[in-house]
Amino acid sequence: MSRAALLLCQVLVAVVALAMWQLFATVPVFGRIWLPPFFFSNPIDVVSQIVNWFSTGVIWKHLAITLWESILAFVIGSALGILVGFWFARQPRVAAVFDPYVKMTNALPRVVLAPIFALWFGLGIWSKVALGVTLVFFIVFFNVYQGVKEVSTTVLDNGRMLGMSERQLMRHVYWPSALSWMFSSLHTSVGFAVVGAVVGEYLGAAAGLGYLIQQAEGVFDVAGVFAGMFVLSAFVILIDMAVTLVERRLLVWRPTAAREA
Amino acid sequence: MDKAKPTAKPTAVALEDATVAFRLADARVYTAVEKARLAVAHGEFVAIVGPTGCGKSTLLNVAAGLLKPAAGAVRIFDQPLTGLNRDAGYLFQADALFPWKTAIDNVAIGLEIKGTPRRKALEQAQAWLTSVGLGAFANRYPHMLSGGQRKRVGLAQVLIRDPKILLMDEPFGPLDAQTRQVMGNLLLELWTADRKAVLFVTHDLEEAIALADRVVIMSAGPGSRIIGDWRVELPRPRDIFEVRLDKQFHELHREIWGVLKEEVMKGYAQSTQAGGAD
Repeated sequence: MSRAALLLCQVLVAVVALAMWQLFATVPVFGRIWLPPFFFSNPIDVVSQIVNWFSTGVIWKHLAITLWESILAFVIGSALGILVGFWFARQPRVAAVFDPYVKMTNALPRVVLAPIFALWFGLGIWSKVALGVTLVFFIVFFNVYQGVKEVSTTVLDNGRMLGMSERQLMRHVYWPSALSWMFSSLHTSVGFAVVGAVVGEYLGAAAGLGYLIQQAEGVFDVAGVFAGMFVLSAFVILIDMAVTLVERRLLVWRPTAAREA
Repeated sequence: MDKAKPTAKPTAVALEDATVAFRLADARVYTAVEKARLAVAHGEFVAIVGPTGCGKSTLLNVAAGLLKPAAGAVRIFDQPLTGLNRDAGYLFQADALFPWKTAIDNVAIGLEIKGTPRRKALEQAQAWLTSVGLGAFANRYPHMLSGGQRKRVGLAQVLIRDPKILLMDEPFGPLDAQTRQVMGNLLLELWTADRKAVLFVTHDLEEAIALADRVVIMSAGPGSRIIGDWRVELPRPRDIFEVRLDKQFHELHREIWGVLKEEVMKGYAQSTQAGGAD
């Protein structure tokens, strides 16, 4: 299928889906409205809500807050993940001692931490950042840990035979290997940073996309809920595209990344 | 059998009754190499040939200092070897290039870690890439290069540090027959320009005779020993394509193969019964 035809088909799916939604929400079929407006709203109302948000400019503040929380969660979570990942991988004894606790913490559904974080860090951005950090940390941690552990012994021996000291091995062998594992999970970790932020906002906040959705839900404004969802997905797609760009730049040396580019 | 005579040149690598053993998972001890005695003179090209799993690579790792012998000693230029062999460059059988570095960075790193300024290291790396025929591929990453090209980068990476000893573990093993011959000639060309002691492990007897001054044969493992040592008197400079047509080459090949064949059959029989260590 050519690019144009593919794009046409993709647009067609959206058009058909929206048309059906509009139809069943507004026109009686076989004597009844299949999608009651109270529960399902309709595309025109949703779009006008989105347009309203952007034309009045209220949405920017919420987007900025969510973006900022996601970035902070990603940066702090990654930094901690890299640090601890390296530490555990280089100190097997430490890793062995902490292993059950790492598994236990990771097994915990992170959402239940939100109330605790709200208590500890208040209703501002930091409770959301903390939630995002707990999600991002484990992904980065496991990948860095794996990356350091799975360095090819031949490459490592080669580094040693070329005369590398432990510090130089760290810089030229372990570090790039760990980073490549981390970057390969970049989409997941960035996605989780956003999830942490939005869920945190949803559970208690004064601003952000999650807050917006929660507010609309609170007054049974279904159009508002859907509008928030659409803005959120567009937001995540934009971030994901940015991540792809970064990834292509950083992982040029990897066969798969190069083939996709 | 024409036993190699001791030479007056200093000994670059000397294995003195080196025995290497591994502890297996079930607590048994597997003796890979037993009492290996081998001396490589300065500037001498020695090839080690043996059946699969005979511990050829093990012997090389001992000379490199990557493995410690359970008994016996290793001397490098008459000094006992402790830790890694700093005089040696090692060309591995598997891909050992840093996949996240471009070809030129892979070559330059050997100098950079010694503290050579980056600009100067890159200059020399470019010169080395040119001399292995990859001058135009400096900015490629390893995965963008063919197997033969990667071996060339590996060769440049090792040689740029100007090691006095070159250890090579079936370096051209994964390559196709033609590329192997081209690489063999390249190696001889580089080696002739600056004679280093070379310890070259291969399972290919023809390759060994074509390249080396001496061919050493190992018996099938476990507990493999050095069972033969032939001097190759073929004139240098050699061309690997042509040296194989030489009458002397054929005679030597027949003579060594007579000994090697038996070991190869033994090694094959063992490898079909139980997994070897190699």
